[in-house]
Amino acid sequence: MFNRFIKANGRHRRIEGWPLVFTVLTVLAILVGTVVEFAPLFLVDQGMAPNPGVEPWTPLEVAGRELYIREGCNNCHSQMIRPFRQELERYGPFTTPAETAYETPFLWGSKRTGPDLARVGGKYPHLWHVRHMENPRSTSPNSIMPPYPWLLTRTMDLDGLSGQMRALRTVGLPYTDEQVDNAAALARAQAETIAAEIVEQGGPDRLADREITALVAFLQRLGTMGAASTAEVATASNSGGPTP
Amino acid sequence: MADTPVSPGATAALAATAAPGQAHLDVFRYDDKIVRHFTLATILWGFVGMLVGVIIALQLPFPEANLGEYLSFGRLRPLHTNAVIFAFAGNAIFAAIYYSTQRLCKARMFSDWMSRFHFWGWQGIIVAAAITLPLGITTSKEYAELEWPIDIAITVVWVVFAVNFFGTLWRRREKHMYVALWFYIATIVTVAVLHLGNSMAIPSSFWNSYPIYRGVQDALVQWWYGHNAVAFFLTTPFLGLMYYFLPKAAERPVFSYRLSIVHFWSLVFIYIWAGPHHLNYTAVPEWAATLGMVFSVMLWMPSWGGMINGLFTLRGAWHKLRDSAVLKMFVIGITFYGMSTFEGPMLSVKSVNALSHYTDWNIAHVHSGALGWNGFMTFGMIYWLVPRLWKRELWSQRLANAHFWTGTIGILLYVLAMYTSGITQGLMWRAFDDAGRLLYPDFMETVIQIKPMYWVRLIGGTLYLGGVVMLMVNVWQTIRRAPKDLPDPAVAVPAISGTPAKDLVTS
Ligand code: HEC
Ligand code: HEM
Ligand code: HEM
Repeated sequence: MFNRFIKANGRHRRIEGWPLVFTVLTVLAILVGTVVEFAPLFLVDQGMAPNPGVEPWTPLEVAGRELYIREGCNNCHSQMIRPFRQELERYGPFTTPAETAYETPFLWGSKRTGPDLARVGGKYPHLWHVRHMENPRSTSPNSIMPPYPWLLTRTMDLDGLSGQMRALRTVGLPYTDEQVDNAAALARAQAETIAAEIVEQGGPDRLADREITALVAFLQRLGTMGAASTAEVATASNSGGPTP
Repeated sequence: MADTPVSPGATAALAATAAPGQAHLDVFRYDDKIVRHFTLATILWGFVGMLVGVIIALQLPFPEANLGEYLSFGRLRPLHTNAVIFAFAGNAIFAAIYYSTQRLCKARMFSDWMSRFHFWGWQGIIVAAAITLPLGITTSKEYAELEWPIDIAITVVWVVFAVNFFGTLWRRREKHMYVALWFYIATIVTVAVLHLGNSMAIPSSFWNSYPIYRGVQDALVQWWYGHNAVAFFLTTPFLGLMYYFLPKAAERPVFSYRLSIVHFWSLVFIYIWAGPHHLNYTAVPEWAATLGMVFSVMLWMPSWGGMINGLFTLRGAWHKLRDSAVLKMFVIGITFYGMSTFEGPMLSVKSVNALSHYTDWNIAHVHSGALGWNGFMTFGMIYWLVPRLWKRELWSQRLANAHFWTGTIGILLYVLAMYTSGITQGLMWRAFDDAGRLLYPDFMETVIQIKPMYWVRLIGGTLYLGGVVMLMVNVWQTIRRAPKDLPDPAVAVPAISGTPAKDLVTS
């Protein structure tokens, strides 16, 4: 049967004379896997519902996230902790679907040239990040992370922020009109608070309108909402994966 | 596949001599100028993309090489990947497609202006990428970093390319499509579907947008795209290239027609499922990752079907390798294809992926495919094409052989260094002491451990780039000696009644 199809001058030979049929068959072949893998996810909305504790980013955090993307930090840092004992010890509870429900684009990463950042929020004081971003080797000797001194000198560009928040709302983040329209003012207010904290920690007194403050706001928030409960973590590390 | 080449002046005479009763002859010309364009663009962008590769390879062990905002690692790495994939490999497959499709269809490309539009449009997109990525304008999605205006331009150019290609199929004078054309068809339609599916975004401004997918969905769509960019940009078009240029260079027919049918359809069907192997143990649903793993393991067989069909095509022709840099490069290319498509299914297995994911092992896997398979298949094709396109013997066979050896040693250094560093990272990250604490709790401990490997990779990459410079010199010297006037070659083939012939040479 099958042989009739593939032998020299078999049925397949005929299809080779019909480019249109051939193309349609090819499209069908690639659509099967596509549909089977995606249909459930899009129909059931699985993994799309955020935990009650998870909130979308504040306007300043949106601005910080844009800087993270602009500088390509995701090329060296993952934000996705896997359910292995060694990762739980090193980075904290594993990342759950609900935690990432508002992430667009997702920033899970595929390479750990540097450590995972999914739960770096709160790990260091703001000032540590300021110094580290200005020159990573000042806080982490021998680090191979690039320096980002311009983040301390460039002023934040908040002009596009309302537009960004509006676009994010379109793709499903629950922002209010108030948040969207006053995005820049809200961002400035949060930046003032963070800048004041930096000063308290003994840092420079001129960062409220600098890009670094937005980035710090974003980093300090990472992984602080909606982590898996300890019970879940315990089950996962008992059953999950090849823990040594 | 034998064409009847005729000299330009003789075309009219040729058409006239078709004896009465014998089939009428169509006389037309292949468009080789467009192939020359794509070939030169391949070489140029190959050099640029790999130079950026060498720069980022230097930045990793030597962060002082991050020279300011626009040239820091995080911005140059996407520039490297976009340049080598879409500019180097992209132009290479266009050169292969434009050269071989015309010959396999016995017809000139459907439309000259579409060919030109495709060429210049694509180069424009590359330039736009080379400007926007260092500026930090990026979506952050791997291999889909370009922002939405450029995505739209890509769509337009790709559609023109598709019309031009399918139009040529429509006008063909050869009843059956040869296997290379199957792979080109799969490439063109699937890349279109992937690009559209993954680039869906809501713009917030001209240079910023957000994907319409979030979290787990965005991850799955991205790696459905990302993995199949590998499949349908770095694999299927190169298999098409192999099926055309390898038998030509070896002067042997393809090993098995049946195998090509079986492995074509199974490859195309299975590849699309495998994306979630990039997301093992992440927050995506377990069943998706398992499905990805199972199909990835199945993918081993159709992949090796291609390798076997390639290598066995050389049966009885192995002695030709000694004098042919082209064949040597093809053999190494196909061998690396076999190795990376064995390694890939292995990396998809969850227990292996638990170790390899996030490490330099991925980088080794990527570059054994990219440098070995994509790079060497491209170089082999160029060494075969240049003398034919410029009507001049290759300037130096010895230099081509030197390129072969430099490149091969470069790949070996590169991948061996990255295997070592990848496995080192993986083992150190998971090591516990007797008391059950992490043995290397400070991340910097692994970084320091693998730094020497980064230097070795830099040496390997530099050698490989040196090979590309040899290619440039060789091609440049050949072209300098080429005839000034390079008319498109005319051919005469029996007309097929019913095909609308628009490409005839009119007397
Ligand atoms: C070349 C790869 C590379 C890039 C690009 C990079 N990093 Fe890093 N990063 C590292 C390495 C290596 C470390 C570990 C050593 C150190 O602390 O500097 C690190 C550490 C960190 C840490 C401390 C994590 C911890 O748990 O101790 C933070 C926070 C961080 N990076 C943020 C960033 C941000 C934000 C960016 C983008 C602006 C960035 N990194 C870009 C390599 C990189
Ligand atoms: C001179 C040759 C090359 C050198 C020195 C080089 C170097 C590099 C370096 C240093 C990285 C970053 C690795 C990391 O983040 O740890 C990289 C990534 C990458 N390179 Fe190359 N490269 C070269 C050629 C190529 C070619 C020819 C291709 C493709 C055709 C290619 C495709 C890629 C891809 C896809 C990645 C991203 C891998 C990932 O995200 O896992 N490279 N390369
Ligand atoms: C049977 C064929 C193949 C399979 C099953 C396969 C499988 C895999 C797996 C499991 C990963 C690691 C994902 C992760 O842990 O992050 C990977 C990464 C990768 N592979 Fe393959 N591979 C195959 C062939 C190839 C070939 C031939 C090439 C190149 C020409 C290639 C290019 C890549 C690239 C670029 C990545 C890195 C993606 C990223 O993280 O950015 N693969 N592949």
